[in-house]
Amino acid sequence: MADGYFDAKLMKTLEQTTDEILNLAAAHFKVPRANLQPNDDFFKKLGIDSLQALELLTRLENHFGVELPDYEIAGVSDFRTLATRIQARL
Amino acid sequence: MNEYKGKSLCWHVADGVVELALDRAPANEIGLAMLDDLERFAAALPELESKASALILYSKRSAGFSAGADLRELYTLVQQTDAASAAKGVREFLERIHTVLNRIDMSSLTTMAAVHGVCFGGGFELVLACDLIIADKMARFCFPELRLGLIPGFGGIPRLKRDIGNGVVRDLLLTGRSINATKALAVGLASQVAAEGEALRVARATAAQVTKFDRATAAAAKRFIKPLPAEELRREIDIFCQLFVKPAVMQGLRKFVEDTGAHPYLP
Repeated sequence: MADGYFDAKLMKTLEQTTDEILNLAAAHFKVPRANLQPNDDFFKKLGIDSLQALELLTRLENHFGVELPDYEIAGVSDFRTLATRIQARL
Repeated sequence: MNEYKGKSLCWHVADGVVELALDRAPANEIGLAMLDDLERFAAALPELESKASALILYSKRSAGFSAGADLRELYTLVQQTDAASAAKGVREFLERIHTVLNRIDMSSLTTMAAVHGVCFGGGFELVLACDLIIADKMARFCFPELRLGLIPGFGGIPRLKRDIGNGVVRDLLLTGRSINATKALAVGLASQVAAEGEALRVARATAAQVTKFDRATAAAAKRFIKPLPAEELRREIDIFCQLFVKPAVMQGLRKFVEDTGAHPYLP
């Protein structure tokens, strides 16, 4: 019963997590939020290099309170897949 | 020398605190120019130690503290010579950087690194020579050397092992993953975490506290609690040099240097 209560209240959906990532990315990399979609390549859409991708990773870890090893995002370039990696750590 | 401005760093002394700022584009890569300046700093340390109580290392580059060794310079130098000369040159570089980092490690000053952004490889190893690490919440620490077929060569493994548990050392070394400031604090690597952009201010407050103590007592406490792992540091140079001559290293360096895309610092 208690578990169900906490699941319903606290667990984010993939859509919520994706939306929070898009909001955070738009705010920190000065890109209009309306221009970002879940399947976008964030390297291209944000115009970032690997050092800035690490900055994004750190911001996401701090925002969601998770630890996401960088090898888990190697090869990932779209926001939705990034969100699934974070969902797996929430 | 109370003040110095070189090609890749500068320092000054004020109110009993030495501030050493790394400032070499793009991300404080440690190559020959940085080594020259660090050697100049090490030579000036005896005089600085007579005038100050604390040392703060920090970076003026927005990307972070340091992205590590200058791999592009290393690759270029190696390409210009034969394998035996390249190996000899690498050993000489390591001997020189170890001499500098050992001197900073054993300084009678209370030393601290204010770290933001990337703190990778050789940059991480420079930080590990300090007594305290004050991490901006956007700091990221990593030993990526295994990606190149190498181990850290600037004394990183023995110093990290001196400071934290062997399991964490193995995690960082064998996975090559980077960790954030929160994790660094949790494992005992960082002593404090500061808000974004506040690490240098927190370091200055910490240094101001340090200046209140008797220097001889603080130096004695440091000598007692922070022995130099001299034998392991020597072995690290030997292992690095043995690995450096393997073909996988040149392949790894070439891959990094020739990566014109957005991914060179990702695994």
